[in-house]
Amino acid sequence: MTTQAKPEEAAAGGGSSTAFLSVRDLSVRFSTEDGVVRAVDNLSFDVEPGTTLGIVGESGSGKSVTNLAILGLHNPEKTDITGSIKLAGQELVGASTKELEKLRGKTMSMIFQDPLTALSPFHTIGKQIGETFRKHTGASKKEARDRAIEMLTKVGIPQPNVRVDDYPHQFSGGMRQRAMIAMSLVCNPKLVIADEPTTALDVTVQAQILDLLKDLQQEMGTAIILITHDLGVVANTAQKIMVMYAGRAVERGTVREVLKTPQHPYTWGLLSSMPNLSGPVDVPLRPVRGTPPSLINLPSGCPFNPRCDFREKVVGGGCTSERPALLPEAGHATACHLTAAQKQDIFIDQIQPRLG
Amino acid sequence: MLRFLVRRSLGALVILLIISMVTFALFFAIPADPARLYCGKVCSPENLVLIKHSMGLDQSVPMQYWNWLSGIFVGHTYPGGDVPHCDAPCFGWSFVKKDMVLDTLMDRFPTTLSLTVGSAVVFLIFGIGTGMLAAHKQGKAADKIASAASLVATSMQIYVAGPLALWALVYSTDLLDLPTYVPITEDPIGWFTGLLVPWIVLSLIWTANYTRMTRSSMVEQLTEDYVRTARAKGMSGTSVFMRYAWRGAMGTIVTVFGIDLGVLLGGAIITESTFGLHGLGELAIRSFIDSDLSMLVGVTMVAATFIVIFNIVVDAVYALIDPRIRLA
Ligand SMILES: Nc1ncnc2c1ncn2[C@@H]1O[C@H](COP(=O)(O)OP(=O)(O)OP(=O)(O)O)[C@@H](O)[C@H]1O
Ligand code: SF4
Ligand SMILES: [Mg+2]
Repeated sequence: MTTQAKPEEAAAGGGSSTAFLSVRDLSVRFSTEDGVVRAVDNLSFDVEPGTTLGIVGESGSGKSVTNLAILGLHNPEKTDITGSIKLAGQELVGASTKELEKLRGKTMSMIFQDPLTALSPFHTIGKQIGETFRKHTGASKKEARDRAIEMLTKVGIPQPNVRVDDYPHQFSGGMRQRAMIAMSLVCNPKLVIADEPTTALDVTVQAQILDLLKDLQQEMGTAIILITHDLGVVANTAQKIMVMYAGRAVERGTVREVLKTPQHPYTWGLLSSMPNLSGPVDVPLRPVRGTPPSLINLPSGCPFNPRCDFREKVVGGGCTSERPALLPEAGHATACHLTAAQKQDIFIDQIQPRLG
Repeated sequence: MLRFLVRRSLGALVILLIISMVTFALFFAIPADPARLYCGKVCSPENLVLIKHSMGLDQSVPMQYWNWLSGIFVGHTYPGGDVPHCDAPCFGWSFVKKDMVLDTLMDRFPTTLSLTVGSAVVFLIFGIGTGMLAAHKQGKAADKIASAASLVATSMQIYVAGPLALWALVYSTDLLDLPTYVPITEDPIGWFTGLLVPWIVLSLIWTANYTRMTRSSMVEQLTEDYVRTARAKGMSGTSVFMRYAWRGAMGTIVTVFGIDLGVLLGGAIITESTFGLHGLGELAIRSFIDSDLSMLVGVTMVAATFIVIFNIVVDAVYALIDPRIRLA
């Protein structure tokens, strides 16, 4: 983890009025044959203009579901979405398809994980970029093509005026993801959601793509939600972090707060399971023990309790009976019954030495 | 694309050559002796030798094959003198029909083509149309009705549905004409009404397959990542459906249709006898019964040629649809 200077603002929380995206009490439930999947449960967060929020959590913690809900991409017949998602003041939960179509690609856009499957194999890169532009600006075919070339130049594709007519399968993995970024930024959206944008790429390309995103963000003032498994990635690119577990936020704060002084047992687990370049080499990795809970039958109380090493420390056995709220409302917050003093002590005595 | 077509056409010629050899070998391995049949009930040995000679059957099978093959390019004169010279392209003389094989084929071919292509057009339009509708209304009433109807229709067989339709539409009600073939160049309306009943029956049976196939590949395409991307960039439902999902589903449909055209052509044997039409299918059965070997070889080669051409066209269309194939 590099310790590079980065803007650190007051932590996200409560009804921040400067937020571009404001999510409140968002719940997403899928009805399936096995029962109701509570994929996202009572989630609240904000994203300020021009900043990056990193969302981390194990597979199945609800990261993608949250962000697909923002874009309104869930099948409305099988999905029950409650709560509020406000984009620049406009309520998106319950908005009509027409309204959402106008916002998608223009005000908010998405970069998907695997650009090979996420780009259409049947249309040229230029068409796919230009199409978004035409849809939202009414530009002519020629203008859209010029814009596509301009965007390809911006994301660093060599010979953009030739490659614009290529199909995705003629691009390398890294170039495809650049094209995907070009496509999502073609209308200068105010919010970009990047769902594990580098997972499908090899390590050197990953760094380039993240740098590119950062540069473009600075140039265009875009707010970014960066979803990732990789805490190293958020450390370098985000200002704020939200850690998700079983569809809920368990810890939230600035990058420094969450990574340097994490206060939630699950975050401790995540950090210990991550290779640390600056730490001692011989400290073994410790994956978070156990497996993620079933979202159909969540454990009562704290959903993390079956995997938690510290629940004995909570007086009165609250861990299995009462669900901890994410507190405090603003600033560095955790959803855990341990007292602030306990968290502080455990972190300093047991966790910090492990992290190096 | 041009290189592709040239390469495939050359390959097709080789395949047809092989098919013709196999056909020859097979048919001449059949114990039936056309010369004896032709000679009649009372047949003197001398007469038989003479007939064998004039039919060219006294030569070795490879030699007969060579005569047949070279006849296509340079024509063929039968020994014996009572058969007219067969001009190139010569596919032989039918001693049963007392006519040039090629002339008979040309005479019969339009019937089979009209039957096949006509019903294919109808079942493609209706099959794909209802399939798209069902995919669009996934899980709703329209989808369920289409699925149930297609299940019933698929289980129908031509030899049941055909006579049933004839009875219902022609014999008992006089609603439509008894199937006949009138060349489209002579009387387009007569051509149309003459083939209407077989088209309706064939389409009923085949539409269902295409409804189900179109529905399932559309449903599958709609869950593809790139379709989600299209929605994520604000494309409207229609454009996602037509420009993205349909584009992806087309490949499957074209491939299956290529195979089905062959099946449909082969099915002409049953279809034509069901409806009393005189096309290649009926000709094939007739020639088989009559041991008319030269005609059988001719019919087989026409069918093989068409199936090979269908395949090339399907592959070309597939390449047009999918740039990953075209630019590979
Ligand atoms: N359409 C759906 N129907 C039913 N369950 C779903 C649906 N989409 C997602 N889920 C479930 O919701 C949970 C959260 O999924 P989600 O894709 O948000 O996880 P994630 O945090 O993005 O994980 P990953 O890191 O693997 O991408 C998973 O258990 C998943 O199985
Ligand atoms: S509430 Fe209890 S079980 Fe949950 S994380 Fe805190 S200590 Fe562990
Ligand atoms: Mg995901």
